[in-house]
Amino acid sequence: MDWLISFPQLKNAWLRDLQRVIDEWFRGFTRSYGDIIEGFFSPLQTLMIWFERLLLGMPWPIILLIFAGLAWGASRKISVVIGAVATLVLIGLFGMWNDTMKTISMVLTATFLSIAIGLPVGILMARSERVQKVISPILDIMQTMPSFVYLIPVVMLLGIGRVPGLIAVVIYALPPMIRLTNLGIRQVDPEVLEATDAFGSSSWQKLTKAQLPLALPTIMAGINQTIMMALAMVVIASMIGVQGLGQPVLRAINNQYFTMGLLNGFAIVGIAILFDRISQAWGKRLQKHHGARHD
Amino acid sequence: MGPDMTDPIGIEIRNLYKIFGATPEVYVDAVRDGMTKAELQCEHRHILGLRDINISIAPGSIQVIMGLSGSGKSTLIRHINRLIDPTAGEIIIDGRNVIAMSKDELRDFRRHKTAMVFQKFGLLPHRTVLDNVVYGLEVQGVAETTRKQTAMRWIERVGLKSFEKSYPSQLSGGMQQRVGLARALANDAPILLMDEAYSALDPLIRYDMQTVLLDLQQEVRKTIVFITHDLDEALRIGDRIALLRDGSVIQQGTAQDIVMRPADEYVANFVQHVDRGKVLKVGVVMLPQFDFATLPDVSIDAQASIAEALQQMAGSHLQALRVENSDGQTIGIIPFQTAISAYTGHAGTGR
Repeated sequence: MDWLISFPQLKNAWLRDLQRVIDEWFRGFTRSYGDIIEGFFSPLQTLMIWFERLLLGMPWPIILLIFAGLAWGASRKISVVIGAVATLVLIGLFGMWNDTMKTISMVLTATFLSIAIGLPVGILMARSERVQKVISPILDIMQTMPSFVYLIPVVMLLGIGRVPGLIAVVIYALPPMIRLTNLGIRQVDPEVLEATDAFGSSSWQKLTKAQLPLALPTIMAGINQTIMMALAMVVIASMIGVQGLGQPVLRAINNQYFTMGLLNGFAIVGIAILFDRISQAWGKRLQKHHGARHD
Repeated sequence: MGPDMTDPIGIEIRNLYKIFGATPEVYVDAVRDGMTKAELQCEHRHILGLRDINISIAPGSIQVIMGLSGSGKSTLIRHINRLIDPTAGEIIIDGRNVIAMSKDELRDFRRHKTAMVFQKFGLLPHRTVLDNVVYGLEVQGVAETTRKQTAMRWIERVGLKSFEKSYPSQLSGGMQQRVGLARALANDAPILLMDEAYSALDPLIRYDMQTVLLDLQQEVRKTIVFITHDLDEALRIGDRIALLRDGSVIQQGTAQDIVMRPADEYVANFVQHVDRGKVLKVGVVMLPQFDFATLPDVSIDAQASIAEALQQMAGSHLQALRVENSDGQTIGIIPFQTAISAYTGHAGTGR
């Protein structure tokens, strides 16, 4: 009865061969194409370094002013502005200013990239059932695959540093952007779209004049989710050399520095709340004239 | 830019069929040969939308298409600008078959020849009234200042002046439909399609909007296709009315034709609750003039309703009125008895 208790698996030797073949193939691939792929991603490297230098080189009062302005512009509420400034001041006082700026530059670059990829993909997905059927399972994989697993090939290809970190963050943070863009466009009132058709809109006019503006609140929710997920990846990305608030947390784990871990953890939470409030308030203001009709 | 820039054009709907389902073209011939809606649905899982529709709409007239829900009236109006593609048949507008148009031709046709008003308004909720009304012109690529001027003129004309900066959600249903109407009129297309445009409105506002439409029609002379399920509305505004049931036209004609000579039991049932006194015109029920020895002194216009004639006779104790056409010529007389019979719908009506 032994064959019923232990699952009949493939032969060990066979599995070993399989692993070896794939690993060798990938190593070969890395050796021959690694440089080309690195070259392909080098503009990202340049962008990230430029943005990081910009934030680090800027006098801190100006950064405070920018965030206060963003908070006010998005929410028109003094409480959000005070919250934003207080969070940044506390972070600075506890000596985490530079790490925070590095993290913010990372998160914003990842978000920018996610929007640049996610918006068009989401639009395509909303327009065709077939594209939706292909992309949905890919998004499921991106969201559930443990990030360490896809870090392996990324690191093999690109080594350790900012760019592989950025790619890992984008893989993790991209799905909500695509999903919510798709959802937002699909939820647009068909009666409104019929009206735009009846007036002879081209599909581009329909997209830019009706579908995107009406999907915007949902798309904003997607951007908000993307920012939050990018922040959640900061610590994991620090393991492959991304600088910022993740590094001290990693050091704190390795050396059991409780306070250091706690402070940096709170800094991450602080900027998460800051970004969340700003982007949500903006989304809400966009929603003001949407939906709600008299009947 | 005058409001009546374009000449009205007519619409010819010929042998139009629409079958919904996976392979509609397979069943067209069977339906032509008389397969019923029920048979098609039960045995072949296809829905009969429209069966052999033939309607000829004169330029500058108001054609009402009337039917209960499920009769296919909304499907029919969507064929005119091809929001729905037919299974068979043709629609000739301005010498061209809409059904045979390419995608680009169709877009151009929709931009310049038709404008549509929707039951649930179909306004863009993120745009102000003004930005909604300019939509058709914006899509056409009309310059911004021109389209804003045109839009403002129509916003004023439908009575929404000072609301141009409001959003649709801030307006009542009646006002939203005024926006829908202004948007359609700003397009200055010769054909105006109105899909149950007033069905979502309160009765009083609906009456008001009908008046707005009739007044506007005096000015702009569009070819209007108006869908409704409300017979009173149909009789009030339609130059001609087509009655639709289960996807087929069961009667078409003027309001007078339909009230006086219903084609079958179904139509008769429909019209029996109509206020005949208001619908029927003196000219239709009068006794045409042959050789009357004496003519009544008091006259009435042939276009007046029999309710008005009765009122006049009852008020001045007259037994008959002389009927005049618009040129003031005597064309017949209307005795009290004839008017009463027509009013109650009993024998003696009709010529």
